[in-house]
Amino acid sequence: MTETSILRVESVSLSFGGIQALNRVDLEVLPGEILAIIGPNGAGKTSLLNCINGLYRPDSGHIFFENLDITPLKAHKRARLRMGRTFQHTELFAGMTVLDNIKSGRTMDIQANFFGAFFHVGKAVREEMKHRRELEETVIDFLDLNHVREQPVAMLPHGLQKRVDLARALALNPKVLLLDEPMAGMNIEEKEDMASFFLDIHRDLGATLIWIEHDLSTVMNLSDRICVLNFGEKIALGTPDEVRQEPDVIEAYLGQEEAG
Amino acid sequence: MKSIVTDLYSAYYAPYIKESYREDEAIFKSRFQRTWFALLVFALVALPPFMGGYHTFFMTQVLIAVIGAHGLNILLGYTGQISLGHAAFLGVGGYTYSYLAMVLHWPFWLAIPASGLTAAGLGLFIGIPSLRIKGIYLGVATIAFQFIADYTYFHWTTFSGGPQGRAVEAPAFFGYAMTSPLSFYYICLFMAVVLLWGAKNLMRSKYGRCLMAVRDNDISAEALGVPVFKYKILAFVISSFYAGVAGALLVIHLRNVYPAFFHLNVSIEYLAIIIVGGMGTVMGTIFGALFIVLVPEILSNLISSLAQWAHNPDITVLMAPMRLIIHGFLIILFILIEPAGLAGIWRRISSYWKIWPLPYI
Repeated sequence: MTETSILRVESVSLSFGGIQALNRVDLEVLPGEILAIIGPNGAGKTSLLNCINGLYRPDSGHIFFENLDITPLKAHKRARLRMGRTFQHTELFAGMTVLDNIKSGRTMDIQANFFGAFFHVGKAVREEMKHRRELEETVIDFLDLNHVREQPVAMLPHGLQKRVDLARALALNPKVLLLDEPMAGMNIEEKEDMASFFLDIHRDLGATLIWIEHDLSTVMNLSDRICVLNFGEKIALGTPDEVRQEPDVIEAYLGQEEAG
Repeated sequence: MKSIVTDLYSAYYAPYIKESYREDEAIFKSRFQRTWFALLVFALVALPPFMGGYHTFFMTQVLIAVIGAHGLNILLGYTGQISLGHAAFLGVGGYTYSYLAMVLHWPFWLAIPASGLTAAGLGLFIGIPSLRIKGIYLGVATIAFQFIADYTYFHWTTFSGGPQGRAVEAPAFFGYAMTSPLSFYYICLFMAVVLLWGAKNLMRSKYGRCLMAVRDNDISAEALGVPVFKYKILAFVISSFYAGVAGALLVIHLRNVYPAFFHLNVSIEYLAIIIVGGMGTVMGTIFGALFIVLVPEILSNLISSLAQWAHNPDITVLMAPMRLIIHGFLIILFILIEPAGLAGIWRRISSYWKIWPLPYI
């Protein structure tokens, strides 16, 4: 399995002061799968995502991406390996337009030198227009953001902001896409739209999706495998059916819901 | 009836319709904007010979302020890194120019870019604290640089000429001394147009997007592959280059270099320019510079006529600190009432006229 995994988390621990956010978590992600991370509040889901894309440095353990040890790499270097990321509380560039937000996902692909950009000549302009066309024809069209592209993101409603966040991550042509509660605060229709976007991304772009979600029925329907975290420990990993049977999970997560 | 209205509507909006991405990303997107801009440039080129020395001198002052202030705008308005030591960078440019041109006898067209580059080189180091500190703390760190620079300008006499300063001659172009304020006005106009146009171009490229990404959200910028620290440093370098060029032009303009040109209050003045004008826009820099240079000028004219009228020359002395008080007052007023500055007011008015008279079709 080691040979085939696209992302491997090896015994990663992370603590904030006295709180153990992650305790020796192991996880292997297969290329092209949809893997959900679930767990109660404070289980360490976002911390795990932050360790994977480099916003947090784990206290111990290693993270491999396509068999390359990326533990010492900073977040922007990891993004350059085509690791996209969206955020729980949309962390968009509030002062920029939708288009500029999405374009900023292409930073690593634009080679133009400073003086070309300063004088707006030659390769710099051609490159800019090439990426503009690509983004328009793929990401913007795909996520149906045509009508808002010139608007400042701060003016958009929450559901659209979430979509811009996803578009920005897609703009960097991710091999792995880390999505932190992409459906939080959405109504059923918006969730359904989002779910269909996921399946399209997965099918058309062949990206591996790792996502955090609280809505269990959506998780069970969309995911190939589910990883359950509780108090920083991985308590289960498997297909939705396997996870549903797991006594630890029922006790830690589902059981609570039933009791409540 | 309906069709006449829609025909009118589409005729009115025809110039706004774009047929290529390149057109869509142009600086001046409509024919109207291009026409107005052409008229403005024509006026700036054609009018000064008829304006007389005083007004030309004044306009030159504004152009220099525009260049210097846009440097600060790139740093603070576009990248969100505060600097209270901007005047110190102007000083680096001014003193480097005076040394290169007066002591080493470099021609001005070499010495001006060299002054900018020297300031930019220093900016590279002064930007380093921004790796660890943000906001007001960075402001304090840059004040420290301001004081160190003040001290250096005062005491390093071989380089700076010390407290009595150094005279700066009119620039000479292959032996021909350009002593008239008019020729220097055109040099400043050329520099301002090139530097503002370049800055605008940068902001519609990857570089500008990265700078703004750092300002708006450094964490997600990092997660999108933007090397945040590199771009913070880049902002300091560009900003100090603009300041250095403005400083060099300033000492040529005033024919002299003194430590007092580059004190902390000048840094505050530049801050006032971009706050009053509007942060993060080229328009803001232009409006702000015009306003901040214009207001004290009008005020001092008023005060001197007041002194004349009252037959009391003491009034002029009494009112001398008014300039700083006015700047402080304007900063507070604009932060409270119009954070988008004069450029924001301008945008509201122009977007109103863009949809006038058929706003709801």
